[in-house]
Amino acid sequence: MNGYMGKILRVNLTNRTTKVEPLDLEVAQKYLGSRGLGVKIMMDEVPANVEPLSEENKLIIAAGALTGAPVPTSGRYMVITKSPLTGAIAIANSGGQWGAKFKATGHDVIIFEGKADKPVYLYIEDDKVEIRDATYLWGKTASETTEAIEKELEGVKVLCIGPAGEKLSPMAAIMNDIDRAAGRGGVGAVMGYKNLKAVAVKGTNKINIFDEERTKKVSQEKVKTLIEDPVAGGGLPTYGSAVLVNIINENGVMPVKNFQESYTDKADLISGETMTEKYLVRKNPCFRCPIACGRIVKLADGTPVGGPEYETIWSFGADCDVYDYDAINECNMICNEYGLDTISTGATIAAAMELYEKGYIKDEEILADGLSLKWGDKNAVVGWTKKMALREGFGDKLAEGSYRLAESYGAPEISMTVKKQELPAYDPRGVQGHGITYAVNNRGGCHIKGYMINPEILGYPEKLDRLALEGKAAYAKTFHDLTAVIDSIGLCVFSTFGLGLPDYVDMYNAVCGDIYNDETLLEAGERVWNLEKLFNLREGIDSSHDKLPKRLLEEPVVNGPTKGHVHHLDKLLPEYYAVRGWDEKGIPTEETLERLGLEAYKKYINC
Amino acid sequence: MLKVEVRLFAYFREGREKKQIMELEEGTTISDVIKILDIDEKEVSIALLNGMDGPFHRELKDGDIIALFPPVGGG
Repeated sequence: MNGYMGKILRVNLTNRTTKVEPLDLEVAQKYLGSRGLGVKIMMDEVPANVEPLSEENKLIIAAGALTGAPVPTSGRYMVITKSPLTGAIAIANSGGQWGAKFKATGHDVIIFEGKADKPVYLYIEDDKVEIRDATYLWGKTASETTEAIEKELEGVKVLCIGPAGEKLSPMAAIMNDIDRAAGRGGVGAVMGYKNLKAVAVKGTNKINIFDEERTKKVSQEKVKTLIEDPVAGGGLPTYGSAVLVNIINENGVMPVKNFQESYTDKADLISGETMTEKYLVRKNPCFRCPIACGRIVKLADGTPVGGPEYETIWSFGADCDVYDYDAINECNMICNEYGLDTISTGATIAAAMELYEKGYIKDEEILADGLSLKWGDKNAVVGWTKKMALREGFGDKLAEGSYRLAESYGAPEISMTVKKQELPAYDPRGVQGHGITYAVNNRGGCHIKGYMINPEILGYPEKLDRLALEGKAAYAKTFHDLTAVIDSIGLCVFSTFGLGLPDYVDMYNAVCGDIYNDETLLEAGERVWNLEKLFNLREGIDSSHDKLPKRLLEEPVVNGPTKGHVHHLDKLLPEYYAVRGWDEKGIPTEETLERLGLEAYKKYINC
Repeated sequence: MLKVEVRLFAYFREGREKKQIMELEEGTTISDVIKILDIDEKEVSIALLNGMDGPFHRELKDGDIIALFPPVGGG
């Protein structure tokens, strides 16, 4: 078997049994692996309408065919489950070193079932699989957990949850290598519910390569393309993703104060240029990555920690009207250590600040916490982040996310979410195509599963007018399908700063065999996207959930270069459904499912 | 004469002011500004005129804001 390791590890936490099952190669190739294969397993094994936090829900951790392979950016793995935040499919991706090390154990996928009666962690060393006691690790942060396990088991890489996952926050992340996160959708809460604290891996298995010589040649060629690309080899390694702060703001699409404004004259205080000049300690690259966008920055006391990404800088920064790197770095460190999704955490604090500003949250509710909810209060933002992680005081309410928070005050419109998941750092009123991604994303509000900022602002692979509507739906669909390919084969979406569809075909075929061409590989991505849609339809998340917060559709932008614009989802959505081969209600047609080889799931289009 | 604000980002800031007001002759274009700043036009990935994509040959008006970026990306 080439690319794939050929084994699925099934771990039943209730019975404390583990079992190795053969990977069906044909199925793996059809759904590519990782994200696609994980969604397929969720569809086939988990019955409809289970509670996300229940023994019936499963937690899947999956590598792609190229994860760990000798091709650039191959350090990615995926977590797939039913999300406690959205009730929809959760597909959370992470980099670092863990994914490649997991693949070296000789497995492609772990399926966690049931629930342990007390805290445990899983240890995999090649064929040796042990469920070990984790009582002594419960309550520990990501770095404490990682260091404690590394002391017991030399040479392992550790994936774990922090206290936020243990306390079942629906915005809890799964962390690996201390500061890398499978962040979105509350996957950490599913792990916490199962009393699974960590997964430690080490292995000696090699990936079988279809054509070694060709893989070497193809890999060298792609590395060269990435290094020579001015973004992948220049802007990103020099400034990290934080380089976006200024360009997004200068375009007037930087949400400020919970999307009440869309531009700030203080952006440079929290820009990538400022981070590089004053806070950068060194780069922190993922496995086999020539881009190396990851950062190590210093806290106010000089301690080096994993640095914030653009979205994190925005959520704790501009979205809360805070322009202070010390505070943002501190919030990011707390989220990494306690295991919280930085986007949802910062954006929920911003929503709470607006609820306070508008008089929904009263002073007496937060008095005992000793923290304000005033815009721009940097100490409060740090304080609330910690309280959310530990569910202390009013932080307990915040830890449920902005949708549940705002709804509890009868003001759900103040939550800037799609499918109850917080929107990231781009105001779609100024990037119309990106708004499609927000609205239709199967995992809820998310920027990364079809990053239309590339063509609409950054000019990759070509520059589009960010306010235009024409052609955006078809463009977005292609981006959604391509991202599903990249996630499912186990590579990083940042490789699209330089690489395109034919490059992914080259790498997959060199490693796995001559299976795909440009058209069929993109179609495999389309298959994955449609299967996720079918999962959501089965769970009752139909296309009436493909919407944007009212503010973005009805309230024109009040300041900056996008002033006066709203998002035109009403015009874009029907076109998107049409190019997808879905009906006007946003449901895949039988013909589309047949074309994609998904006829076995036809019954879900009538849910 | 007209006054425009020029903002530079990423490595364009090396050895240059990150923000400055320039007094220019009527008829000056973004392309001319890039030359005055001794930036290689080929390295300008994005030129914004008042927050929207600004064609290099567009004549500037008093009060315009120009933002120049080398290739940048992230996400």
